Amino acid sequence: MTALVIRGGHLIDPAAGVDALKDVLLKDGRVAEIAGPGKLKQANGAEALDATGLTVAPGLIDMHVHLREPGQGYKETIATGTAAAAAGGFTAVAAMPNTLPVNDSPEITRWMQAPERGAVIRVFPIAAATRGSKGEAINDFAALKSAGAVAVTDDGQPILKDNIMRETLAAAARVGLTVIQHAEDTRLTQFAGGGASMNLGPVSFKLGLRGMPPEAESGMVERDIRLVTELRDARAHLHVAHTSTAAALAAVRQARRSGLRVTCEVAPHHFLLTEEHVGLYNTNAKMNPPLRSAADRDAMIEAILDGVVDAIATDHAPHAVHEKEVEFENAPNGITGLETALGLCLRWLHKEWKMPLGRVLSLLSAQPAALLSLKGRGTLTVGSFADVVVFDPKAEWTYNAREGRSKSRNTPFDGWTMQGKVRWTISEGRVAYNAEE
Amino acid sequence: MSPTAPPARRLLHAPPVAASPFPYHPGSLLSASDLSLEGVSHILARATALENQDPLVRDRILAKRRVALLFYESSTRTRTSFELAAKGLGADTTLVSSLSSSIEKGETLKDTGLTLRALGAETIILRHNSSGAAWLLEAETRLPVLNAGDGMHEHPTQALLDLRTILAHLRPGVEAVTSETLAGVTVSIVGDILHSRVARSNMLLLPRLGARVLLCGPKELLPELAAQAGPGIAIERDFEAALRQSQAVMMLRIQAERLAGLQLDLDEYKANYQLTGLRLAAHAPAAIVMHPGPIIRGLEVTAGVADGPQSVILEQVRNGVAIRMAVVERALLATEPGGRA
Repeated sequence: MTALVIRGGHLIDPAAGVDALKDVLLKDGRVAEIAGPGKLKQANGAEALDATGLTVAPGLIDMHVHLREPGQGYKETIATGTAAAAAGGFTAVAAMPNTLPVNDSPEITRWMQAPERGAVIRVFPIAAATRGSKGEAINDFAALKSAGAVAVTDDGQPILKDNIMRETLAAAARVGLTVIQHAEDTRLTQFAGGGASMNLGPVSFKLGLRGMPPEAESGMVERDIRLVTELRDARAHLHVAHTSTAAALAAVRQARRSGLRVTCEVAPHHFLLTEEHVGLYNTNAKMNPPLRSAADRDAMIEAILDGVVDAIATDHAPHAVHEKEVEFENAPNGITGLETALGLCLRWLHKEWKMPLGRVLSLLSAQPAALLSLKGRGTLTVGSFADVVVFDPKAEWTYNAREGRSKSRNTPFDGWTMQGKVRWTISEGRVAYNAEE
Repeated sequence: MSPTAPPARRLLHAPPVAASPFPYHPGSLLSASDLSLEGVSHILARATALENQDPLVRDRILAKRRVALLFYESSTRTRTSFELAAKGLGADTTLVSSLSSSIEKGETLKDTGLTLRALGAETIILRHNSSGAAWLLEAETRLPVLNAGDGMHEHPTQALLDLRTILAHLRPGVEAVTSETLAGVTVSIVGDILHSRVARSNMLLLPRLGARVLLCGPKELLPELAAQAGPGIAIERDFEAALRQSQAVMMLRIQAERLAGLQLDLDEYKANYQLTGLRLAAHAPAAIVMHPGPIIRGLEVTAGVADGPQSVILEQVRNGVAIRMAVVERALLATEPGGRA
């Protein structure tokens, strides 16, 4: 494998405490050497990337994406989804198991990682916690883990039954896997003849849409935390996916104070948008959990700035155009997010709300790597994987969904101003994205 | 925890909500809030003028223009009155209903709309079981779309014909409305507010003319947050207290088809919310009694009240034709001077 040297950039590696001008040498898929500008000793003959004026950071890691394969390649494939991820600065994504069929087996878990899928960055499957994600029979977590699964979840559906969730937490703890819960008490959100399609509140009333009460999320998080408390000695790890309500965050905050292993992620749309952004039935503002009230949105921002939130994850959920060009209540849930996450985080968390760049990057790399125990990722020290993003932190640009690399363009952020333009994304030493190609 | 974080909530600038692009077509009527008060006045005036016009002259106004009625739900009053209104102006009408068309075969609303446009439809009148369907149809076809009821959301022509009925009784002779026209008037809307598009359109329209809207019904059918839907709206759970304050009482049917598993005790409902002759005589002897139909006699109103002297229910139906003539004319000629609200 050829060597690659990134010269003249400003290295920000929050996990290693580095924030300085550094040259970085990548060799055989690993970081081989880091030194001050012009001080590399082993860089002779390496292909050079000129990163003068740019920021060099550990490649971003999105712990919550839907790549739609197997089964729904018309929405996205592992190849197109990872191309979109690379364009967004990501070098690893964790792929949710709500595929067709559901990824509840070592075979599918391995299939998703096979070279034939054409991934340009690393894909880490997250396997279904229960058979078919039906919340009834628990899968063989040891077998899934040895096939490459990095966590278990029934994402899209909650694990509703107390005994099944308790057993899931205990079994996952035994093999050292995290349980990711899509916290939604579906008894409060699904009705005879169809489900609720947005947050319950004055806006859903005005629009004549059935609403999901915030308690459907927070109640499930509170139930899960009770179970983790019961399993305290087993060191069960609960991770709350796409947290969207102030009450759920409060429960996570409290659990952490009690020393429990409870972590959470927040998606950019939940710290930027509110139910008002649904407008007049914009199906690209429909997702689950839904956009919430302004008070909930503000609580997300507060919790990110205060450090209660462990990771930013996009919940990238591509859908074909024709699936979203329908009546609001009939449209599928979900929006894309891989190509807008960095630009939105830098524009809002860093520029607007003054979060230090290193902390923003940590939420997008070092912290998700730690949550999923991805060894040698989320940091750039000698010996770690050569997963790197090089970007211009000051560049402002306008996102045009039509020019995206995802197969789908169901995003509420089309036309938004972004900050921070990715120049190169390097995955295990190979250039996975080059802005000038 | 960042050491610089103040304990109080930070003042954070968050991304703004973009302005609505709707309606795309000035002839569309999607929501009661699309209309300025000038626009409302114009429709009321045109309704009267068209109603009084010689039918043989009137039917040249839209001679041979093409109007499509696209109905995904059953309807008697709205469909017939829109059809009579369009035909009364000389337009050709065609009716597409979900049970006798390719909709049954799975054609989407977008494709059905584009097909009607390709067939020469110049405006589409849409009744649909999903909230927001009229917005989708307008965005996809860019034709003038008249919302004839979308799910639990809106029914703007019903609000206009209700307004015409209210004005005829409480403000006779008034057609040019202002924000003061209904000052001092209280209109109670009673029953299944949660599932009612009639309620939502009236809640948006009547307060803009100065009326106070009282919503009345049990918690299951009238959530507290309904009072936040706009200014001039309040909740009064006590039906008789609401009656005592009202000059107009709008009774609504329980929408069995939209209850989604909700169980109601009908005997209790009737005990609390049925409009009986006794209640009316005791608490609102001078109020007009309205109902958008269909009436379930013996449930929300007794037969005696429905047929009684205070009932203006059939007058509402008649007003429907006049209002819809004005709205169809506006769709195809876009004669309204005021433009959008």
